[in-house]
Order: sequence, then C-alpha cells, then structure tokens
Amino acid sequence: MPFIPHTQQDTEEMLSTIGVANIENLFDEIPDTLRHANIEAIPSGITEMELTRLMKERAKRDGGMTCFIGAGAYEHHIPAAVWEIASRGEFLTAYTPYQAEASQGTLQLLYEYQTMMASLMGLDVSNASLYDGASALAEAVLMAVRANKFSKSQRVLMPRTVHPFYREVVATIVGQQNIELIEVPFDLASGCTSMEALKKISGDITALIIPQPNFFGVLEDVDALTDWAHAQKALVIAVVNPLAMSLLKAPGHWGSNGADIACGEGQPLGVPLASGGPYYGFLCCKQDIVRQLPGRIVGRTVDQEGKEGFVLTLQAREQHIRRAKATSNICTNQGLLVTASTIYMSLLGPEGLRLSAIACHQNTCLFREKLKKVEGVKKIFSGAFFHEIVLQFSQPVDNVLEELAKFNIQGGYAISQFYSELENCLLVCVTETKTEFDMDEYVAKLQIVLRHLNSTEKKAALNCEEGN
Amino acid sequence: MLIFEKSESGRNATSQHVRLAHTKIEIPEKFLRTDKPLLPEVSELQVVRHYTRLSRKNYSIDTQFYPLGSCTMKYNPRGVHRLAFLEGFLQRHPLSLDINSQGYMACAYELQEILKTVTGMKGVSLTPMAGAQGEFAGVAMIRAYHESRGDTARNEFLVPDAAHGTNPASAVQCGYKVKEIPTGPDGNVDVAALQAAVGPHTAGIMLTNPSTLGVFEQKIQEIAAIMHKAGGLLYYDGANLNAILGKVQPGAMGFDVMHINLHKTFATPHGGGGPGGGPVAVNERLLPFLPMPIVTKTNDTYAWLTEKECPQTIGRLSAFMGNAGIILRAYMYARLLGKEGLLRVAEFATLNANYLLARLRAAGFTAAYPTRRASHEFIITLKDEAKELHIGALDVAKRLLDYNFHAPTMYFPLLVPECLLIEPTETESKQVLDAFADTMIKILEEAKTNPDLLHTAPHTLSVRRLDEVKAARELDLVFKKA
Repeated sequence: MPFIPHTQQDTEEMLSTIGVANIENLFDEIPDTLRHANIEAIPSGITEMELTRLMKERAKRDGGMTCFIGAGAYEHHIPAAVWEIASRGEFLTAYTPYQAEASQGTLQLLYEYQTMMASLMGLDVSNASLYDGASALAEAVLMAVRANKFSKSQRVLMPRTVHPFYREVVATIVGQQNIELIEVPFDLASGCTSMEALKKISGDITALIIPQPNFFGVLEDVDALTDWAHAQKALVIAVVNPLAMSLLKAPGHWGSNGADIACGEGQPLGVPLASGGPYYGFLCCKQDIVRQLPGRIVGRTVDQEGKEGFVLTLQAREQHIRRAKATSNICTNQGLLVTASTIYMSLLGPEGLRLSAIACHQNTCLFREKLKKVEGVKKIFSGAFFHEIVLQFSQPVDNVLEELAKFNIQGGYAISQFYSELENCLLVCVTETKTEFDMDEYVAKLQIVLRHLNSTEKKAALNCEEGN
Repeated sequence: MLIFEKSESGRNATSQHVRLAHTKIEIPEKFLRTDKPLLPEVSELQVVRHYTRLSRKNYSIDTQFYPLGSCTMKYNPRGVHRLAFLEGFLQRHPLSLDINSQGYMACAYELQEILKTVTGMKGVSLTPMAGAQGEFAGVAMIRAYHESRGDTARNEFLVPDAAHGTNPASAVQCGYKVKEIPTGPDGNVDVAALQAAVGPHTAGIMLTNPSTLGVFEQKIQEIAAIMHKAGGLLYYDGANLNAILGKVQPGAMGFDVMHINLHKTFATPHGGGGPGGGPVAVNERLLPFLPMPIVTKTNDTYAWLTEKECPQTIGRLSAFMGNAGIILRAYMYARLLGKEGLLRVAEFATLNANYLLARLRAAGFTAAYPTRRASHEFIITLKDEAKELHIGALDVAKRLLDYNFHAPTMYFPLLVPECLLIEPTETESKQVLDAFADTMIKILEEAKTNPDLLHTAPHTLSVRRLDEVKAARELDLVFKKA
C-alpha cells in the first residue's frame, strides 16, 4: 500500500477502539446509492523504478532543444543552490504560515522577498505572490478599480503591446465585474504604444496599463505614458520583466510621480521554463493603497519578550476573514517559487542581476547583426529593445519553425495569429544562456531551411503548372 | 538576522556572474535605472547557510505531524519531486511546438482522464492554478451556462455558512450576490432554509462534501434535486475529496462542476503556501465552457484545444497552461498509487480520523458533532475548557507546537466556538496518532494544573507568541537600510 504505514494489527486495533467491524462501516452515513464509484479505468499502481523509466522516456521526447522562444517565459541560468535549498523538506512540505511561531523560516524569507521585489520595482510594498504574471495583471486591474477614488467609470486602458495571453486572462477574470477594457493601438514603425491614439481617448479613465518591455521586446516611453495617465487622474499599472528592472528604470520612478502599481511574471528570477508553471506573479504598490493589495502580506513584529519575528498581516483584507467582502478570493499562492526567487536574487545580487540583463541585451543585439545576412528575413520595429525582437519573413513562419525543430532549434514564437497587421512575424528571444555558436547555428540552419522551403515552393508551383 | 544585515557592498557570488567583455548597451539613457536595488551582496556560502538555517525554523510534513484540517497534509513522495526535475521537463518552453511537447502532453492528457474517472465527470481542464481559481472557473462556467440560455435573471449564489472563505469570495469575483444558508444541529445543511432561499434568482450553490464540519452531507441528493428544480447548478468544492476518493463520485451526487485540489488529494507539495493545482471537472452541460487550454488526443498524437476549437470557453486563466509542474506531479502520484492505492486513500484517511477522534473523546475532549461519524477530519470544541479553565483553542494550538506537532486548523469553521479542525491523513501511522492523542491529554492536564504554561506557549521555538496587533498597526513590510 503506497505510503500507508498501517500493519494489519494496527488496523484491527484501531477499528476496535472506534468500535466498528471493518473500514467499510466507517462510510455507513453515506447513502448506499452513492457508494458505487467505479474507477476500474485507472491503471494499477507502479513502483518508483517503473515510474522513473516511464518519465525519463517522456522527458526525453521533449528535451534537447536549443530554445530561442521568449514571449513571457525565459530561459536563464539557475544556480544549483537555488533549488537545492528550495527543495528542502522544511520549505517544500510546509503550508501557508498560519502558525507563525512554527513558520519563521518561510515568513522571514517572504519579508526579505517583499523587500527585494519592492526595491527592484522602486515601490514601497510588495505582497507575498500571486499565481502568475497574467493573473497578477488581472488582480492589479481589480486593485486599481478599488483604489482609484477619483474615477467611477471602471474603464481601463489596455495597450495591444501587452502579451496577448495576458490580455485574454485579464478579460476572463475582470470581465465578470463590469470593468471595461479599452484597447490602445501601437505604432507600426516603432512597435510602441501610440501616444497619438492615447490622446484621442476622452472621458474618465480608471487606469492605464504600461508594459516594459512590451510583448514585442520594445521599450515603451514609460515616462510620457505615466505622466499622461496621471494627468487624467488615472492610476498607472506597470507590467514588467523583473530581471530587466535591474537595468531599466523601475516603475516607481516613471514620469514625475511613478507608477502606482507594478506587477508581472517572477519566472525570470530563478524559475525553470518547465512547461509554463508553476511560476509566480508579483504585485507591488505605493504605501497609500496597501490596503487594496490582494494576497498574503508578511509584516515584521515582536514576540512577548520583544524579540523580532514575522507574521501574516493585514489579514482583514483576506477571504478567510472577510469572506464575500475580501479584496480577492486567493488563498494558496506560489510560496515555493518565491522561495527559489529569493535565493536566486540573493545569489546574484544587484550586480549579478544587472550583468545577466546586459548579457541578454548584448546577445540579442549580436543576433540581430548576424540575421542581417539572411535573405527573406528583416527585423521590424525601430524602438529600443531589451532581449526580444520581431522578425518578418517573406513566407509563413509555421513551416520555418517546424523545419528548424528538425535541427533541434526552437526558432521563436509565431505572433501573426494575434496581429493580422503583422504578417509572417516571429518573436525571437536571446538570453544570456546562448553562445555565439548557438546563434551561428541558428543562422546557418535558418538559411538551409529557407533555401529548402523556397525550392519546394518553386517545385510545387512548377508541378502545378505542369499539371495544368 | 536578515540577509540584508549580512550584506557588504562589494561582496559577490562571482561564479554566478555572467562574464562580459564589456558592458556597452544600445538602450538610450532615459530608459535606464540609475539607483541600485536593495538586493543582498553576499557570498554563495552566506546565502546557502542563511536559507538553510531559515528552513530549520519551519514545521513541515517532512519533519512534523501536521494535522491541519481541510489542508490534507499527507506525505509528498520525494521520487515524484525528483522526476519533475528531469531536464526534458524543465527545459520545455510552454510555447514549444506540439511535436516537441508530446511527452508532457501525454502526462497531462492521462491525468485529465484519471480525474474524469475519479470524479465521475465528463470533461476536465487542468489549468486553474489553485482551489480558489478552480472555484472562480466553476462559477464563471455556471454563469456562462445561464447566459448561453438567455437566463439572465440569476444573480445570486448560495453558500452554506460552514463553507471555506474562498467560496463566497469567488462567487463575488464572478459578479454574484451571496446568500448564506445555515447549518442544522447535526452538521447537515438546513434543507428547509435552502428550499426557502432558492428561486428564479438562484444561479447555483457551492458545497463541500464531506463538509468543513468533517461530516458527510447526508441529504445531498435532496439538495441536488431542489437546486436543479429551481434551475440552479451545483458546485463541488473539492477541498475534502480525500475523504471519498474512489468511493463516491461527486458527479453521482448530482454536482455539475467541481475543482480538485492537487496539492491536497494528489499529494503535491504545499511549498510554504503554494503552488497548488485546482483542475476543474464538469458534466455534459458545462463542457463547452471549460477554461483553455485542454489536451486532446487523436491517433496517439496530442494537441491543444484552444479558443479556436471551443468558442464558448470562459477563456484563459493563466498565461500558459497553469501549474504544469504540479500537474506532472499529480499524474505521477496517481500512477504510483493506481486504482487500488487511490481507493485506500479515503479508507485509511477515514480510519485515522475516526481513530483519533475516538481516542480524544475517550480522554474527555468534546466532539462538535458527537452523533456523527468523522469523515477524513473532525472537529473538537474547547468551549467548556474555555469557560471552566480559561483555555482556548489558540492556547492548545500553541502548546502543541512545544511538543513538536504542528497545530490543527483553529477557529474554522467559524460556527463552532473554540474549535480545532483535525485532519491526520492516511499517511500517518497509529504510533504517531497515539503520540498526538497522548500529548493532547497531557496538555489538558496542564490546563488544569498550570494554565500559564498554555497561555504563554510556545516556549521552545525560535520566537515566543507574536504580536499580530502591532504588526497590523505599525506596518513594517519591507526592510529599510538605516
């Protein structure tokens, strides 16, 4: 019996203490008509050794690729110590620190995390995490609606340069609550949110979302956008890559007064790609709206003897106290990922983090140079970029990606499905994990693939003509 | 001591720094950061030692009995954790082509099938990232269902007063008004009150069964009939699925939609407060509304179902596909146990709960529902002790910490005064349960002879009882350099 320690004798003694003849009798309050579950379709149990063989085979099928995909999930080097320590049973198998005195490890770590993340964002406070970047943006929108006392319209401006999946998630989550999401177009030349289009939007506005870098990897003019939004009495929600913030201006310093809320995906800070999760969402804000911040928050306090200690605080915002009136329904968050991230940030420090960000950017610049010699491919968007660029091909990119995959290269992410005006476009990311050799390989194989596709296309056209 | 207090400007873990020939960049100055973020400047050993030491200040399943009610703190198999860290799984980008994802997708697809079977439902989406997000998805699907039928007058959700706080909060996030339904003295929902509450405004009800009171809702079929007759749907909060896994299918009880807490029933690690996993399962009528993406299989090839194939979906809940690593772990756990093992989960979880309850009652503790069988958990109330000995649930909970046990859930459900909600789970041995019962008896004795010992507990941990009022009044949420 996997993981059940009872001996036959234990079971008999326990049943006798309870005063029933067998285990089935313990279910006698359940109506008979309900007690006929059939789970025969589930396979029989296997051993850890058998499971290992099965999972190794499956992992092997998906592995061995050189990854140039970004689009919200980024491959970075993760120091060995990060997951060695995060996987310690004391972190891995504890739960939400309801008993503060027996959870000081997790609580102090979360306080340290809040300090690091708030500082990275240039803001006053941080919560202890949300599910992921997209759902954190949805919570940020709900928070802004609660916090903006000047605005009654519940109209939130959502640039099209925000990750398409983030926009979908926000629509799913806030769409249930009569919040209007207004799309803001982008400038086709620069790839930035269009300031002109923004200025045409009139009436009461609750919040403006500003991505940095945006989905195309392009840097938005965050100062101008922030000042414009504040002039409309709208709150500013920054959705940013936290690693990039070691190099780029932090949301709290945007424009004259800084963004009010910053959120995003914590994955670049020590969390592996791992099929998209578990990652974690971060959410920071200015001090004056801290009571509208959803999720767990840790505070420093003292014990009976005046000794420093840490507890969950401001719990009056939360569902287990406020129930229907809570700021959010969130309960379980992503504590383990925050544990990994805190260790990651400690190991890299301010300088290490900045160097990683610079390396990503330099590699992307180098890759852009190398692509210049490839015919049929051009970089679009003139705006400054961080570590992703958009490439336009002279033919559909789906075929290109499939052909590149045969050389074990994941060439990027096809984005035309989300932007009809961006035909045959590919979003490519180069992080610090890529060497010049990797980039040369990509370019060489891309040239082969494009030649091959062009010749088969010509052949197909020829066959077609012959057929006629 | 905080990691920041160990920091010295200029100290670095340099083997973690990327080597660069130069630091030139092509980004205009106006975009750049000019200040240094407050991150520690420490050596690798300092980091390792600091966080290893912090970990030792935690109670956890790996180190202590952790009978936290409604949280199912069972053993999390180590093999499963290690296999989730295989390179192929870690390196897979969530937007990889399907041809480079068949290994992961096979696991996800098979877990969908296993969950369909244990719940008796017709469709599963794995994407919700925790129980509360599953609740949100479920209620949103119910709303989408009513709206698809032009049935737009339904603006109320019913929630029993014993429900988890997430239930009413989730219903409100979906734009509903919440109406509370009282509980009868036997722990069952007050059916007469329910009958009086339903009407043309009722969209649905959220129920946990067994309930948070640790008893099986015996009138569930009657409740389902009342709800369906009124045109409302039933949501099953799967927080307590461990109690009936493989024994009773929520689909058979009449539920239309539910979530499963993978971090409870399927033994994925709780991680100090997550990640969790909250897949949703639905019956036939809610199939079109499932959140995306879902894995589908044709001729041994797996593919993603998205908004294109399922236009009525409530949409996406995460940027990618939820907590994929948790899905992988839950799948592995289900494979290790198999159908025989899964069936024994509920049996031994229930045996352990009823045994511990019997021992505590024999020692003089008061069961909140003495006429009822315990499910996988049960409640004792210390209201008499509070009156006679001035000892509350909090004092007993803190004293348990001194004896190296994590405390049960306290003061929940809110309708039982001075309560402890105790869930031992199936992976604890009789010997551990006996030691816990003996300790509870000893603490009761201390309450009579030396109550201060309880009032001032804990005594043996790194800190004494903490001042939560000060924490909330004098907010100190981030460290500031002096």
